[in-house]
Amino acid sequence: MIISLKKIYAKNENIKAYLLLFPALMLVILAMASPMLLTFLTSFHTQVSMMEIDTTLTIDRYKDFFNKPVYTTLLGRSLKISFFVTLVTLITTYPLAYYIAFYVKKNKMLWIVLMTLPFWTSYLLRVFSWKVILGHKGVVNSALMAVGMIEEPLGFLIYSQTAVVLTLAHAWAAFAILPLYVSLDKIDKSLLEASYDLGNSKFQTFWRVTFPLSLPGVIGAILIIFIPTVGDYVTPQLVGGTDGRMLSNMIQALFGRANNFPLGAASAVIMLLSVSSVALIVTYITRKVSLRMS
Amino acid sequence: MYKKNNILFLYSILYFAFLYIPVMLLPVFSFNDAIHMVFPLKGFTLKWYDQMIHASRLHQALFNSIKVGVIASIFSTLIALLAAKAFTKYKLRLRQLSYGAILLPFVIPEIIIAVSLIVLWTGMGLQLGLIPVTLSHILFCTPFCMLVLISRMEGFDKNLEEAAMDLGENAWGTFWRVTFPLVLPAIVASLLLSFVISFDEFILAFFLTSNDQTLPLYMWGQLRFPKKLPHVLALGAVIIVATSIIVMLSYWLRNLGNPSGKKNNIGGI
Repeated sequence: MIISLKKIYAKNENIKAYLLLFPALMLVILAMASPMLLTFLTSFHTQVSMMEIDTTLTIDRYKDFFNKPVYTTLLGRSLKISFFVTLVTLITTYPLAYYIAFYVKKNKMLWIVLMTLPFWTSYLLRVFSWKVILGHKGVVNSALMAVGMIEEPLGFLIYSQTAVVLTLAHAWAAFAILPLYVSLDKIDKSLLEASYDLGNSKFQTFWRVTFPLSLPGVIGAILIIFIPTVGDYVTPQLVGGTDGRMLSNMIQALFGRANNFPLGAASAVIMLLSVSSVALIVTYITRKVSLRMS
Repeated sequence: MYKKNNILFLYSILYFAFLYIPVMLLPVFSFNDAIHMVFPLKGFTLKWYDQMIHASRLHQALFNSIKVGVIASIFSTLIALLAAKAFTKYKLRLRQLSYGAILLPFVIPEIIIAVSLIVLWTGMGLQLGLIPVTLSHILFCTPFCMLVLISRMEGFDKNLEEAAMDLGENAWGTFWRVTFPLVLPAIVASLLLSFVISFDEFILAFFLTSNDQTLPLYMWGQLRFPKKLPHVLALGAVIIVATSIIVMLSYWLRNLGNPSGKKNNIGGI
């Protein structure tokens, strides 16, 4: 019996592999999947009083969410802000990744390290320094006033959706630079030479060869920026003001002061479902486009 | 492959400035002899650093952060090491699915993971505190460690392991004498990077702790009080310098004696 078990173990690579994967999978199941399922379940409950939750299943929390305009507004705004963060980050980092991949010859690694280093330094402090830069008495305003270019502080700089987009585009830059650089660097350079030999201009070559081949990196960057930023809490709290409040600030209130776990859970479920479906659609479209282009 | 492009070069330098100016601003103001962060600078002082050294609640928060960070980095690196071994050595069924599942905590909005763990923790009648914070950090760091380790393990020659086996080593001996020394730099890098991630992490700690603060939570609490701000800036400057050194060190380690000969080993950041 034991011998035959040993034989099965020796022969079966899957068993060996899954024994090694066991801790990692258990971690995901116990610390992520089951809490998320429980949250999903809680979203069908009702908060009766501070300590008491009625566990009769109901879809009222979802009705609450969609009936009160504040929730749908915040959801829409969160998706909109993340969309613009993703777009701005992609557009501003693409030329950089392109430059490192095709023009930098020596010390490419150093460039990459320097471009990603700020990402490792305290997220909280980076967001905070944007508050200092954009604030009413902030760096931009005080500098402009000191040189006499403006007489009163520019009020529109901080506490707006633009401030949130700018700050997040700065905070998440590394997540776009890396996948873009990796996909651009992988491109077989002889393809580009072939394109020139066939009479394409530099611009045509970029548009017909380089860009379509870099789309996997673009998709990677979209997924890794769009989904997490929807749930960002710190940035809207520090630089968003009332105009820049996002759904996560509401979720925090529901799990904190407002103490309405079921409605908070429903909001979290809706956030996750909507952001994943948007991300799936965007990925699908990008894939289609890349197939048509190449 | 191309020769020169001045416009792109100029753009890269400007973008570089955009990336670094907000980060460098805090250290600059940490030496400024004024409470408000306003230009022009007033004068040089070290008093904020003195205030930082004598803030006792800060010490407690620092100790908590180090405790959480050390435990989280050890556990996530261990779990990730086993998983990385499975993915690089074996052809397994449902590979993509398992791989995706393990990477998922890295992509899902942190706030979702945070509130889910609150629901689980309070549902089980447990007290929030540093334990759920540490658990969530292990969950969040593991995908990262796995990517770092896989990029190293894929790089080295499988024949080395087979040669050790042929020379009579058992599986354990092969691992200990061949695989481990080759992967060691990546293991250290993984420990360092996951420590930095945990040390910096705000949202999960913010939601999942009760009274025990980690360092980012301490800073968050102080940001509201203008008078307390300068010593947070001093703290921020120290953190920026320390994390930069750790990260540089880990990048260097990851390329140290890279047997694949590839210089640009940046797989998974």
